[in-house]
This record gives sequence, structure tokens and C-alpha cells, in this order.
Amino acid sequence: MKPSKILPQALTLLFIVLIFGFFTMNAQVNMENRGIEFGFGFLKQEASFDIQFSLIEYDGSHSYARAYLVGLLNTLLVAFIGIILSTLLGIVVGIARLSPNYLIKKAAGFYVELFRNIPLLLQIFFWYFAALRALPMPEDANLLLGSSFMTIKGFYTPAPVWQNFDIFFTTLILALILIFFVNRYAKKKQEEEGKQLPKFLISVCIFVGLPLITFLSGGFDLSFSFPELKQLAKTSYTYEGGMGIPPELIALTIALTLYTATFIAENVRAGIQGIGKGQKEAAASVGLTPAQVLKLVIMPQALRIIIPPTTNQYLNLTKNSSLAAAIAYPDLVLVFAGTAMMQTGRAIEIVAITMATYLSISLTISIFMNWYNKSIAIKEK
Amino acid sequence: MTKTIKNMFSFLAVFAMLFALSTEVMAAKKSKTLKNTQKKGFVRCGVSEGVPGFSNADASGNWTGIDVDVCRAVAAAVLGDAGKVKFTPLSAKVRFTTLNSGEIDILSRNTTWTLSRDADIGLTFVGVNFYDGQGFMVRKDSGITSTSQFKSGISACTNIGTTTELNMRDFFNSKGISYEPVAFEKADEVVAAYDAGRCDTYTTDKSGLAAQRTKLKDPDAHLVLPETISKEPLGPVVRQGDSVWEDLVRWSLIVMIEAEEYGITSKNADSMKTSDNPQIKRLVGSEGDLGAAFGLDNEWSLRIIKQVGNYGESYKRNLGDTGILPDRGPNELWTKGGILYVAPVR
Repeated sequence: MKPSKILPQALTLLFIVLIFGFFTMNAQVNMENRGIEFGFGFLKQEASFDIQFSLIEYDGSHSYARAYLVGLLNTLLVAFIGIILSTLLGIVVGIARLSPNYLIKKAAGFYVELFRNIPLLLQIFFWYFAALRALPMPEDANLLLGSSFMTIKGFYTPAPVWQNFDIFFTTLILALILIFFVNRYAKKKQEEEGKQLPKFLISVCIFVGLPLITFLSGGFDLSFSFPELKQLAKTSYTYEGGMGIPPELIALTIALTLYTATFIAENVRAGIQGIGKGQKEAAASVGLTPAQVLKLVIMPQALRIIIPPTTNQYLNLTKNSSLAAAIAYPDLVLVFAGTAMMQTGRAIEIVAITMATYLSISLTISIFMNWYNKSIAIKEK
Repeated sequence: MTKTIKNMFSFLAVFAMLFALSTEVMAAKKSKTLKNTQKKGFVRCGVSEGVPGFSNADASGNWTGIDVDVCRAVAAAVLGDAGKVKFTPLSAKVRFTTLNSGEIDILSRNTTWTLSRDADIGLTFVGVNFYDGQGFMVRKDSGITSTSQFKSGISACTNIGTTTELNMRDFFNSKGISYEPVAFEKADEVVAAYDAGRCDTYTTDKSGLAAQRTKLKDPDAHLVLPETISKEPLGPVVRQGDSVWEDLVRWSLIVMIEAEEYGITSKNADSMKTSDNPQIKRLVGSEGDLGAAFGLDNEWSLRIIKQVGNYGESYKRNLGDTGILPDRGPNELWTKGGILYVAPVR
């Protein structure tokens, strides 16, 4: 390369380095002036605050690093549930928008227009404060599904109590391996002889049957602990035992799912409409049922259009989950960039860690979705 | 080639400029904050997002409260007009960062003075304008009249980013009670959730409970329990590193308290100039030259008393007459059985 071409680029690079250097130095000097030290040693200190909801064992005697982990897992939990539910709902609504049935089509359209045009934070407040107020107090709650209660303090449901959980887990893995081979066999059979085996039915039978046989033969045991009403004071009750899901998690999941599903539905609609009408007609003309047309012809092609913008929605949902702080769901932002930051005063360190964490989560989702997109792309031969 | 050299020179110039800027930051002037405040013409004050009696804005945007009055006192002393204050409502979470980054110059937001805050995060507490303690509020119909009736499984609503979360843990742990902490970012949401029945109790500083109770649907259906589980001395905070400004805020607060002690009010301040008591004369600026220490005129303290009033007047106006905390409790002068005891203005 000619020097006249290298020089401007080198200067630009130098300029960027200088700007970053200036900001770093500025922060350093100002922190020094006020006697603030920079460092990550605080992560080992005792957090000394409790967190409402945690997937791992935690109490205030654990370290800030552990509190960070609790927040991170809570963020991942709500993102994971939200992504799965919003994908399912998005596909259903997206297909419904193209339904020949007028009522279904309009209802789906109405839902999409309503939920994607209201700010998410308002929706979260709506589900938390409006829905919360409508729920009964623990002592007035009605039985749901035999043994669960939906109350203003949360959803209480029986908790499974396992004996020999590892045996159960092993049978589950075995069942999955078996299903994999059955499916391969069925595919081969179809390709060679043109016979269609009831794959789905067989798979379900194996998945349910194998653990059931182990259970009946006494390989493992499953019982439930049921939530029981406990009186705290004259008019104040709660449930003890069982599994309690806080209303904050429920409200946040509902809001994130309903909001993100509208965008995914539009992606699905666009994907399906992007496939030529001729494909559908040709598929129908060889005798496939409408469901088969969708599953075997339209969807495999539409997915290529649907996946990339849907990846964006997954990233949005994950990042939007940080609005949890407004309704007290202890996610990464509330626990770590909130309470921990306030207790330690380490604003720069904690914000940097939090940003790096969200970046890592987003990049991981992107990498996975790009890999998936590539695996379903047209293989040019 | 000449073009290249020219480029290099312009680059060096930019670099030199950046360097000069940063060295200016380093050489913190002795009282940069005071100078900036006088230049701007208003005091930049960080307050709460609404705690009646402490700092609260009415419908037309006028801020009132005893925390607000500290900022007004500084404005009266420095700028001659207690109205020249720009208030910035801050959540508990961002308050220290906002002060540290220089967006505000005084944080007067019912903030508890603790060692880690004072020594570790670049802040300086200048004094105490309200002695408080953490308490619990419950519904009256629950029949609970004391924290000894709390049982395991209780859910407690509170704010994040406060000492409350830590005290709450210490308290419940020492009693061996398991509890569910529900921590919100903003006080309004804590109130809404508690009011809806999400929590059995609402815990924060007792002054906060008394203030937030007025926001509940039916304030009379709730009760603040008598127990106090922590010491919470609340006071104004400034950035570390500007000792003149720090002193100025500290002594503005002290002037208000000392004025009450000597019976100087906003009404009689002018007539006190001819008092026989030299201590009173110093407070109203007719004797001594105390303002010079801050680079102010000698009537700085008189302006505070005349425009904002003494501590007692401020308390009565904001917490007494409003019915929020009519009983001054420890926040009474030491001469009247309280613990307000300040260094002499001399």
C-alpha cells in the first residue's frame, strides 16, 4: 500500500486511541481527586443483602460475585422462557394473520397492532399493577388445576420431590436416544419403500412409556409437596411448601412475550408471503394436505426469511428484560447494577461488567441463530 | 509531503488541547464549586422524587421540605436569593453517581450517613438535618402491633439502593425469621405494591413511612410499628475535594439550627441586629467577619434566617403543620430534650 493511503488511516486510529485515552485519563484523574479506587476486589466481599428469587442457593452472607450470578441467571431465565413462548405465539399469530377465516385473520391483526404499538414499560406496569390488583389475597384464592393457587403474592403450585432423580434423568436421555434412532429408521423406510410410519405417535409413546415403566418398577419415586395456607397475622396469609413463582416474574414474562410475539408474528407472515404462490399450488396438486403443504413446502423455505429478523427480536427481548427493575423482579440490572452498585459505590466497574454481560449474552444468541440459519440455508450443489 | 507535516501538526495541536483540558481537571481550584455557582446564578441541588415533608414538588413545580430548605439556605447565603435553586429529582440508585459526576453540587435527599458512603465513594457528609431510624408499616386490620409478632414467610416491600435492604436482613436474621424481600427501584411503586396487598409490611426510614403513608389509598388503615431497627442520621452530601464548598453547606445548616437555639426567626432577624448578645449579633452579621472565610459578605447568615427561617420554622412548616411528623422526637434542640447540638457559629 502507498504511504499516502496508510497515513490517514494511521492518524484516524491514533485519534480514536487518543480519545479513549483521554476519557480513561479523565475518569482516573477525577476518581483520584475524590479518593475513589478502581478495582474488582469488591466482588469477593460479602453482599449482605437478600434477593427475593434465586435459582441457586443464595443469601446475604454470599459474595457480590454470587449476587451477580443470581441476577444473571434470573435474566437468562426470563429471556429463555420469553423467547420460547413468544416464538410459539408468534408463529401461531403469524399464520393466523394469513388465515382464510375472516374472524381469525382480523383478531390476529388486532392483537399485533395493539401490542406492538404500546411502549413495553407501560405494558409491564399494566400486567404487574393492573393484573396484580385483580388477583385474590392468599386466603381467598381458589384452587386451580386441583392443587395450585394464583394469588396477589404469586403462583403457588406443588413442588416435585424426587427420589433417585438421576435414574429418572438417565431414562429420559435413553428415551431421547431411542426416539432419534426410530426417526432415522422411519425416514429410511419412507425413502426406500415409501411407507410412512406414525413417527410422532411412536416417539410420544417412548418418551412417556420408558420413564413410566421405570417408575412402576420402582426405579425412582416422585411425590409432591403441596402449598399450604399459613396465617401470618389476623388478616395476613401466605403459602408454605410447594413452589412459589413470584408475580413479578409472571408479569414480566407475559409482557415480554406478548410484546415480542407481535414482531415475530410479522416476521412469520412476511416469510410465508415471501414464498411464491406457485409453490403452494404445486404442493397441493401432488396431493399434500394443507398442513403438509405448510410443514413440508412453505415453512422450510419461509424459515430462511424469518430467522434473521427474528434473531433481532430475541436480542431485543433479552435486552428489554432489564426493564424488570421497575417491578422488582431481581434481574441483573436490579440486583447488580442496582443494589450492588449502590452498596459498593463502584459505578464504573459494575456498569462495565453489566454491559459486557449483556453483550456476551447477545453475541451468544447471535452466533447460535447464525449457525441455525446457515444449517437451514439452501445447500448449493 | 508538506501536507503530511501539516496534518501531523494539526494532530499535535489536538493532542495538546486534550492534555491541557485534563490538566485543568487535575488542578482543582480551591473553591471551584462556589465560583461556578456564582457564575451560573443558581445552586444545583439533588432531591428525592417526592417524599412529602422532606422534598416534594407541588402541582406547579414548587419544591418544599426540610431537605429542600438546606439547598435554599445555601442559595440565600451564596446568591442572596433562596429561590435561586435548580432541583433535580433523583432515584436512590443514581443519587451518588449524579453528585460525583458533577451534575449537582449538593445532594439533599434523606440520605443516611454511613462510613462506607463517606469514606469509600468520594463523598463527604456535611452534617445531619434529620435523625431517623428504620421502621415497619403494617395494615391495622392485621392485628400486628409490634415487630415481635412477625412470622416466617412475611413479605416486605422496600426500595433498592438504600441502607434499608441491609438493615432488614440484619433484623430478620437476628430474629431467625425467613422473609421475602420485594425491592423496587422507585418509592411510588413500593407504595402501589404495598397498597395492593403484595406485601405484608413496608419498611424504610420512619420519616419515609410517615411521608409515604399520606400517599396510600386509606392512610388511617395503616400503622407504623413503634420499634426502630437502625440509626439513620440523614443529611446533605457534597463531593469530596472542595473543602470550602463543604464548609459552606455545613455551616448553612448549622446557622439554621443555631438560630433556633437563640430564638432568631425569619420575622425578628432584622431587629436582632441590635441585640446585646454577641452570639446573636454574629449570627445576624452585625458583629465579626465570619462570611469572609467563604469569600462571602457578612450578611450571609442573616439572609438564610430571613429567607428560609430557622430549623424550627422549617420543621414546623414542612413536617409539623402538614401533620406528617408533628412530634419532633430526637430532632428537638438539645436544650429541649432532643439531640440537635451543633458547633458554635463564631
